[in-house]
Amino acid sequence: MSDINPSSTSDTSHGFGRALVAVYAVFALAASARSIVQLVTEVESDTVVPYTLSAFAGVVYVLATYALARNHRRLASVTIGIELVGVLTVGVLSLVDGDLFPDQTVWSDFGMGYLFIPLVLPFVGLWWLRRSSVV
Amino acid sequence: MNDPVAYGIAILALLVAAFAAWRMARDLPLDNPLFYAVCVLEIALVGLLVGGSVALASTSRDVDGVLFVSYLVTMVVIPPAAVLWGIAEKSRWGTGVVVVAMLTIAALSVRLLGIWKGSYV
Repeated sequence: MSDINPSSTSDTSHGFGRALVAVYAVFALAASARSIVQLVTEVESDTVVPYTLSAFAGVVYVLATYALARNHRRLASVTIGIELVGVLTVGVLSLVDGDLFPDQTVWSDFGMGYLFIPLVLPFVGLWWLRRSSVV
Repeated sequence: MNDPVAYGIAILALLVAAFAAWRMARDLPLDNPLFYAVCVLEIALVGLLVGGSVALASTSRDVDGVLFVSYLVTMVVIPPAAVLWGIAEKSRWGTGVVVVAMLTIAALSVRLLGIWKGSYV
């Protein structure tokens, strides 16, 4: 599955993918760092949902970054798909019932605290997976 | 650690980001002029790490020290990581990596100020 030929244009980590991996790496860092900070500070009953979600989001971004950087297409599709479902679901839920999420996650309010990049990123990621496989 | 320092770093990072974006638009790979610009910012960030750590040790403010220092360290690590990742790509997207990194530094700098003031958790 993994294409190690650096000149290959169908590799997800080359061309535009190079910059895309950088963006994913930033969000892998942001989401997992936020999660670690939240888990180190005391977890209370009303923060279990957002803290668990932050940790989950962190893992998803780390896996997506790794998959895109190493050209693991299937893993990339799955993780970016989860990311898309996650940001849409959490985005809707956090607007419908704010009490569910007393503390922020990267996906709250469709990623508004991160300039809505978490909302746009999965679409760009899926587009890139399609695009890079055609070329 | 105060407003001029944090915003100064953020503006410097945005200038490098704009420079990188301009070079990306011109289809240039990550080359020497941009590398030097990133180096200038990196020196400023190392200064921020040292200055910020000293300020943290001598302040009576109620600052989340671990979070504050982890931001400072992250900001120092990002530019070299971006250059290493971007330099291997001999196209405009290598420059694009630097754009992403510089925008990230600017965002982190503003949040760093929030942590210092205790207004961001």
